[in-house]
Amino acid sequence: MSRLRERIVKLYREAATSLPQDVENALEHAYEAEKGGSIGKIALSAILENIRIARDTERPLCQDTGVPIFFVRIPKGQSHLELKDTIVEATRIATKEVPLRPNAVDIISDKNSGDNTGIGFPIIYFEESHDSTFRIELMLKGSGCENVSQLYKLPFEELRAERDFDGVRRCGLDAVYKAQGRACPPYIIGIGIGASRDQVTRLAKDQLLRRIEDTNNIEVLSGLEERILKEINQLGIGPLGLGGKTTALGIKIGVNHRHPASYFVDVSICCWANRRASLTW
Amino acid sequence: MVEKKFKVQSSKLNGEEAKTIKLPLTKNDVLSLNVGDRVLISGQLITGRDRIHKFLFNERPRIKEIPFHLKGAVLYHCGPIIRKTEDGFKLIAGGPTTSIRVEMYEHQIISDYGIRAVMGKGGMGRKTLNALKGNGCVYLHTISGAAVYLADRIKKVVGVWKLEDFGMAEAMWVFDVEGFPAIVTMDAHGRSLHEEIEKKSYGELKRLIGFQQ
Repeated sequence: MSRLRERIVKLYREAATSLPQDVENALEHAYEAEKGGSIGKIALSAILENIRIARDTERPLCQDTGVPIFFVRIPKGQSHLELKDTIVEATRIATKEVPLRPNAVDIISDKNSGDNTGIGFPIIYFEESHDSTFRIELMLKGSGCENVSQLYKLPFEELRAERDFDGVRRCGLDAVYKAQGRACPPYIIGIGIGASRDQVTRLAKDQLLRRIEDTNNIEVLSGLEERILKEINQLGIGPLGLGGKTTALGIKIGVNHRHPASYFVDVSICCWANRRASLTW
Repeated sequence: MVEKKFKVQSSKLNGEEAKTIKLPLTKNDVLSLNVGDRVLISGQLITGRDRIHKFLFNERPRIKEIPFHLKGAVLYHCGPIIRKTEDGFKLIAGGPTTSIRVEMYEHQIISDYGIRAVMGKGGMGRKTLNALKGNGCVYLHTISGAAVYLADRIKKVVGVWKLEDFGMAEAMWVFDVEGFPAIVTMDAHGRSLHEEIEKKSYGELKRLIGFQQ
């Protein structure tokens, strides 16, 4: 486990300092699309420069290294507990070595633990798999964007959102309108639809692990993703929220079965710094 | 001491025209700035985010109890990553945090301490906009998430206050900066680019989801 621990420290470094290539490419396209001399264009040029400097100098590309969220697929018969301990130890080491910003604050004492560990911190989701290897995905989600994410219960009369895909579209647009520029646009957006609150928020977050160019294998959802993205970019909020063509880089939708009485839609908004990295062990 | 009346001059920001600002700022400096101006800041930035705002708002410490000069300062909404080395504190990353979270506090802090500019990301609300106008202050929007790009314009960590109590992200830090870029998005004349964009995007939202109002 000590070699795996080192590998997880490396995973932290990779996630914090090197933005996935697909996100960087999407930001390059957004830069090309903005009008010369506009605030959006200047902002995107600084953002792209920032991404390159962070990668070259191995420094975190954003000072908010976020809440670390681990999505783990674990081979049958392997210990969850042992892996959890390894992740926690790796988190302490990475906080010092990368370095990460200590973000874990004790609710009771209001003190920062100083090493990014605490009750339920980092967040670890386990799932057992038929594979013979561990698959560990790490997302560092900034809390500015976590703050603007929204959970909707349909029907929602205020938006005239009914229990159908048009209702989902209305939720997506409303969440981004409400977020404005507060959470570092252009955004990447995950939407989860299903039966219960806890499930759809997790499902929406799962979508943020998908690559930007990934299209939904359910045709009706892939069409919906495309439509919502196009319409969000008509809102004119733009990079940094100071106006422009690109407000979002991608929308990904996931579905679960729902209860006849409920139709929950969670819209998880991620800043342009959609930091994720993965390893197989 | 005779202060120069006008410290705002011209320079470049990623190839585009920008005004340079030397800190501390006077009311006249602030009144010469308008929404849309791109600026490059040199001098000392003072950071403060959620905890500092809550503290200054509720405890109202006297000016002499605070070890740094807030008068004429830029109050930067930032929770940096800083490493303690043998040569002192070294800044690793220092981009802006979301400003709207301190909306309920900022108006009083601006007037209590003579802040001349508030800097962060995402803009602020009506209460702050009114305080900007009433006191002669501006809101500066810097580049969201560009934490190392901005850190490279911070030359030195000068000091810190409340580190033990509030922790690294929430302490009050003082940075020496040079050519630190920002855009004026709320000015002392009552204009807010954020309000304008929100209003425009609401029009689009209404069109896209067929509101009738």
